[in-house]
Amino acid sequence: MSTGDDQPTISTAETVASSALDAGKAKKKRSQFTGNDRKVFLAMVGIPTFIHVAIVWIPTLLSILLSFTKWRGNDISEIEVTGVENYDVVLLGAFQGDTIQAILNNLWLLLFLFFGPTLLGMGLAYLLDKNLKGTRIYQSLFYTPVVLSLAVVGFIWQNIMYDQNYGLATWAFGGGDRVDWLGNQEFIFSIGNYGLSKNFLAILMAMAWRHTGYIMVLYLAGMKSVDAALRESASLDGCNEWQTFRHVLFPTLKPINVIVVVITVIEALRAYDIIAILNEPRNTELLSHLTTNALIGEGADNIGRGSAYATLLFLLCIGFVLWYVTNHYKKQENTV
Amino acid sequence: MSDMKFDFDTSPSGSAFSEPSDNVHFEATKTPLRPARVVLHVFLASLGILWMVPLVISLYSSFRPFAETSRKGFLSAPESLGLANYREALDRGDFIDKYWNTALILIPSLVLTIFLASLIAFAASRYSWRFNIFFLVLFTAGNLLPQQIMVAPLFQAARRIPLPEIMSNSEKLNGSNWMIILLHVGFQMGFCTFVLSNYMKLLPKELNEAAMVDGASLWTQYWTIIMPLTRPALAALATLEFAWIYNDFFWAVIFEQRGDDRPITSALSNLGGEFVTDTNVVSAASIFVIIPVLAVYFALQKHFIAGLTLGANKG
Amino acid sequence: MTAEFQQSPSPSEVGFALGRRDVLKGAAALGGIAAFSGVLAACGGGDDAGSASGTIRVGSNYSNELPNAGLRAALDSLPNDDLTIELNEVDHNTYQEQIVAYLQDPPDDVAPWFAGFRLQALASQDLLLDISDVWTDGLDDVLSGGFKQASTYEGKQYFVPWTYYSWQVHYRKDVWADLGATPPGTFDELLALCETLDAAGVTPFALGNDGRWPAMGTFDQINFRLNGYQYHVDLMAGDESWTDDRTKAVFTEWAKLLPYTQSEPNGREWNDAAQALVKGEAAMYLIGNFVGSEFPEDEADQLDFFPFPVMNDEHGLDTVEAPIDGWVVVANPDNEAGAKEVVAHLGTALAQDAYLSVDPSVQAPNNNVDTSAYNALQAKSAAAVQGAKNVTQFLDRDTVAAFANEAGQGIADFLAGGDIDAILADLQAKAETIL
Repeated sequence: MSTGDDQPTISTAETVASSALDAGKAKKKRSQFTGNDRKVFLAMVGIPTFIHVAIVWIPTLLSILLSFTKWRGNDISEIEVTGVENYDVVLLGAFQGDTIQAILNNLWLLLFLFFGPTLLGMGLAYLLDKNLKGTRIYQSLFYTPVVLSLAVVGFIWQNIMYDQNYGLATWAFGGGDRVDWLGNQEFIFSIGNYGLSKNFLAILMAMAWRHTGYIMVLYLAGMKSVDAALRESASLDGCNEWQTFRHVLFPTLKPINVIVVVITVIEALRAYDIIAILNEPRNTELLSHLTTNALIGEGADNIGRGSAYATLLFLLCIGFVLWYVTNHYKKQENTV
Repeated sequence: MSDMKFDFDTSPSGSAFSEPSDNVHFEATKTPLRPARVVLHVFLASLGILWMVPLVISLYSSFRPFAETSRKGFLSAPESLGLANYREALDRGDFIDKYWNTALILIPSLVLTIFLASLIAFAASRYSWRFNIFFLVLFTAGNLLPQQIMVAPLFQAARRIPLPEIMSNSEKLNGSNWMIILLHVGFQMGFCTFVLSNYMKLLPKELNEAAMVDGASLWTQYWTIIMPLTRPALAALATLEFAWIYNDFFWAVIFEQRGDDRPITSALSNLGGEFVTDTNVVSAASIFVIIPVLAVYFALQKHFIAGLTLGANKG
Repeated sequence: MTAEFQQSPSPSEVGFALGRRDVLKGAAALGGIAAFSGVLAACGGGDDAGSASGTIRVGSNYSNELPNAGLRAALDSLPNDDLTIELNEVDHNTYQEQIVAYLQDPPDDVAPWFAGFRLQALASQDLLLDISDVWTDGLDDVLSGGFKQASTYEGKQYFVPWTYYSWQVHYRKDVWADLGATPPGTFDELLALCETLDAAGVTPFALGNDGRWPAMGTFDQINFRLNGYQYHVDLMAGDESWTDDRTKAVFTEWAKLLPYTQSEPNGREWNDAAQALVKGEAAMYLIGNFVGSEFPEDEADQLDFFPFPVMNDEHGLDTVEAPIDGWVVVANPDNEAGAKEVVAHLGTALAQDAYLSVDPSVQAPNNNVDTSAYNALQAKSAAAVQGAKNVTQFLDRDTVAAFANEAGQGIADFLAGGDIDAILADLQAKAETIL
């Protein structure tokens, strides 16, 4: 059983394509454009890049700079450089409690997505990969929530599942009483003054509803590509189902695993909509909410503080993002 | 070139980890029904039904009077069914206007995003150009960052940039559709570039070389040779981007302060209070919100899933 | 609670929009719109024509249908034909977020704002025109002291009150008659009443704190009944401490009511809590008068209220919580005389009657407004406010918005059974950072 293969079987199309290209090896170093082509080329690169950098990267940089200032957002001349004061307030000062709980919530979300929807999605993919009759119908059922926004997921769950009097969750688990699913901020378990609150768990369930189908589709696509012959020979070798999965299927899914890890981490860091639509119940705030609340609106008394949160969020993401992206393109570069 | 074996027209595959969508939906081959299979079917069917409960009950309750479901529960036989909740939701939520707001933002965003992404993807993938990788990393990484990171400078800039009244009621970039379109384009372009460059890279380079020998201009190569071959990826991307832009909540909530001018997903943030205690009118409102995206999904399911597995780097 | 949930045209900022819009709908349903054109015609004449001329630009964040129509009606009733009024509608949220920028480079002469702390914050930055002369020339005669106080910064007036409502303990007369209950005069009587009601199987207090603003009202009542008006003002301004024993006492007294309050209030919307009152499941509801819109039309006359009872004889019932909306003149208006004439007009009974005829969900501050058009509840609320020595605005209007948000979270934690000392220490730390 060949494991640790860097060129996963899954990218058959690509490897075939690139080897075909290698055969006709005619690599260009730099295209020598002339006249009009040169202008067209510059526009092709320049316009999209300008927009992207202006919308994403320059503001990101400015956020980092603003995190070292105090500003109410009025006159630009009022921006006052305060050094690390915002970080002091956010990490060690009055807002430390909020920050810790928010980061913990982001962490719960991450762990939950890994151990809930990811495992379930992988399991479903495995089952649906078994040449079942009606597999497409099952797939559609699990996949449908994926096309909805998390905002509308929150809206629907609040109404149908978590209505305090009539919701289905209340009906199923409330024993005839009203249940405050989304308002109950008590911790299920706590670490000091922090913990995992009941209402946050309720929101996690709604998120799982959407995330599971997503993971399922990704794994299903990966599993389809595993050579049936490979699996057959594994079962002929006397591997039981678990061993086949563990030693044959799972290793070939490595690229999917990478994507799932990336998606899950990113999702856990940028979740915002569902909690915002539910009016940000106490103890469910994520870093994205602390950032936004301190930045926008009348309550935004200090853009510097919001930017400090934004910078924390950025630091949590960027290493991961760069690792993934450079890795991906390095691999690409090698193949072409 | 005609002897190339790659069937680019039918398979939108192209990334290191993707598979042609057709394979996802392969047809089941005949397998004898064994007890284990029965158990499996029962399990999957039960879970699948459970999975549909929030949507199915939303739909069902949207036709029932609140007085009835509050007395008998959501899971009860209907006494009366009707469209009253829809009329009420339409009346209070102004969904026709909201659909219109959505279209005004979605269509230009979608077209511009894919067009601009295809330009840079073409440039980056067809020519071994020095900063090629740098640019792709820039675009892809930019796409993965949480929106909240960059919102403050964007907001502060947008509310200072004037626009003529004819373009914006607020006479500022903030509060206009232009800003939201710009944000979608700037942000979503990253993902589209990632997918399209992966895809275009797989198209044989000989295509270009032959074209260049023929003296075709760069634009001709892009527009008449590469773009037609990229169609499957464009279709998949367009479907996926439709859903993502339609589903955007954050940008319009921040940059369009007037609830009436928001696209439908962002308008949810002020819809809640419009309906208050009547769960069934809320259900009808939810149906209004999800219908367009579900319709697109069911109509273009294949492209949808293809798009997702194609570039699967995005949440 | 984020910016996007603050859509309300008045009377409160934080998360109030949701409820407020329904108030307006209720009003519309009760025939407010039908009354519109008719009453307007009846309001002509009365004031002396002013002397100013030219154009006055009035900013308006009254983007909802009824308040907007009401404002137009009020402005139309200005008896000076030489003065042209141009109404510029601004988005409510944007307006509040950008109020300082707006006033630094004002596109208008007259602008809407809120009484109390938020007014003083702007006045202290020299962004508003001193309109004390408008008061001495007429408003003093038609507005009670509480309104003047709410319009004042350092002895000068900067504000003309326009509309308000009050926070009271609401109850159903028929339910109380059945229970044999009568409004309590003191906090001890209230507790005794709660005990009786509880024994009778009725939840004494309804409470829905979704959005985290409703319970601020309870905090305010206990605070100023116990510690007085000035303490409320100073605490909101950051001049008194949240860790002070007097602040803590607010929570320990409040804790005595919690067993008699609907459980798990944080996830319940205020409207849901109102339904408990409507159905007689809960006996009392401390909330703004807008709760009336939750009552079916034919049961509306059963709704009544009493002031939150006395907790400290030193302060008695001397304070009423009544959020007030009104008008300011920008610091350097193009047409000062005209701007003053317009705000003076908006303070008249003529203008306020014109408004009320369109939007009957609020009350107007002028003593001479046609109270015969008030329903019983409006009249009673108006009487309570007119007679009050002090008028508070509301927790989220008497302090900066950023801190109000934090206070809302602290109160939610308290309602969820959090440790009072820890909550107060946290709030004090935040107050010191923000205020």
